[in-house]
Amino acid sequence: MLSLDLSFYNWELFTNYIMKGMLFSVQLTVIATVGGIVFGTFLALMRLSGKPSLVYPATIYVNTMRSIPLVMVILWFFLLIPMLIGRPIGADLSATITFIAFEGAFFSEIVRAGIQSVPKGQGYAAQALGMTYGQNMRFIVLPQAFRNMIPVFMTQTIILFQDTSLVYAIGAYDLLKGFEIAGKNYGRPIETYILAAFTYFIICFSLSKIVRKVQSKVAIIR
Amino acid sequence: MDLGIFCKSTLDGEVVDHCFSSLLGIGQNADPSYLDWLMKAWGWTLAVAGLGLLIALVLGAVMGTLRTLPADSTLSRWLVRLSTTWVELFRNIPILVQVFLWYHVIPAFIPPLKAFPSYLLVSIALGLFTSARIAEQVRAGIQSLPSGQKAAATALGLNTFQSYRYIILPMALRIVIPPLTSESMNLIKNSSVAFAVSVPELTLFAMQAQEETAHGVEIYLAVTFLYALSAFAVNRVMAYIEKRSRIPGFIVANSEAAAH
Repeated sequence: MLSLDLSFYNWELFTNYIMKGMLFSVQLTVIATVGGIVFGTFLALMRLSGKPSLVYPATIYVNTMRSIPLVMVILWFFLLIPMLIGRPIGADLSATITFIAFEGAFFSEIVRAGIQSVPKGQGYAAQALGMTYGQNMRFIVLPQAFRNMIPVFMTQTIILFQDTSLVYAIGAYDLLKGFEIAGKNYGRPIETYILAAFTYFIICFSLSKIVRKVQSKVAIIR
Repeated sequence: MDLGIFCKSTLDGEVVDHCFSSLLGIGQNADPSYLDWLMKAWGWTLAVAGLGLLIALVLGAVMGTLRTLPADSTLSRWLVRLSTTWVELFRNIPILVQVFLWYHVIPAFIPPLKAFPSYLLVSIALGLFTSARIAEQVRAGIQSLPSGQKAAATALGLNTFQSYRYIILPMALRIVIPPLTSESMNLIKNSSVAFAVSVPELTLFAMQAQEETAHGVEIYLAVTFLYALSAFAVNRVMAYIEKRSRIPGFIVANSEAAAH
């Protein structure tokens, strides 16, 4: 049996290696969640618009994104963006763009289900009141839909936070990378991998507990 | 776009005599082409994902069932606790971190694992990660059954094991086929993390061949296509299983394929 020595793990190591990665992972999660929800809402509205010129591009986009491994999407964007703009782009920025584009597809499915969960009569009533499509969505349908979707959004955000570790493929400095570099520099890879797993677990487990609380609150309203 | 890259040798970059040499078994003396390498990489992806799926389905079904056990004895209470911990543990750690744990950490504590090749360790990691998700689907499937089913089993004098074996599981396992389909497709996609521990599968091929050839678009297109094809094949196989196992007029399959 191997003995673990965690004495090397101190505040200095945390601020030097882990903090930077943690900040990037959290920042990526927040930006991709907000960006993904906005982009996903547009995709969902396109898919529900009933106009073939909007429905097909959005459907193809969403289904393509959902059938490719995230690692490959990360690699694709890292390859294609510099080709399109003609100059190299950092791993951090590339990862951020990738996650918004990728998560948008998944959030759009959630938003679509959320919009469809709002009783049709709500939309008809808004139309009867003389509201335009934009007003209908803005004031009647989307506020109700988003309220129903909050727990699912949060679950997706937890998955997103776990997925941020995959930026490993293009060498961005995230939480996992921070632990890995610390482990290499201190010659303690086993301990740092365990700490990495522990850190992710604590964060995701607490978040999922919160989701369960929110779920029960939202459930009463419906 | 130049798909000719796949007929070039991986050794010197020249066009090989028979592009499909390794596939068709001709021209064995020729240098391996990028197509050969691609096909081998696909084989590794399928092997890792297939083995992982086997582990995930078996453990997922067991753990999902254990989570629904009635709390009527000390043993079943402990089994419920065990399976709940199992699900929370494997669901809340990113798959890539779990792969590193199985590759770098766990063999240090369990020396026999040091003899395992890396693809096997990745399969175990993928299998356990996915088993937590499958367990949740199985649990939901069992809990979606009308409580009368369980009550009827008890009234017939069946014990807990018998009522699961003959009444509950035959129903629940059919109900969960659609969500299991999407989990199986996710497992194929997630197998791409194997690149991080140098399993020579599709993603590692994509990264290495892209560097070597500067034909990244063609290489990535081929790899992406093979991932999509593999996931689609799993989808069809599961649809076939669902069709064959259906009891006419008994179970209505619903539940759309869920998120990743």
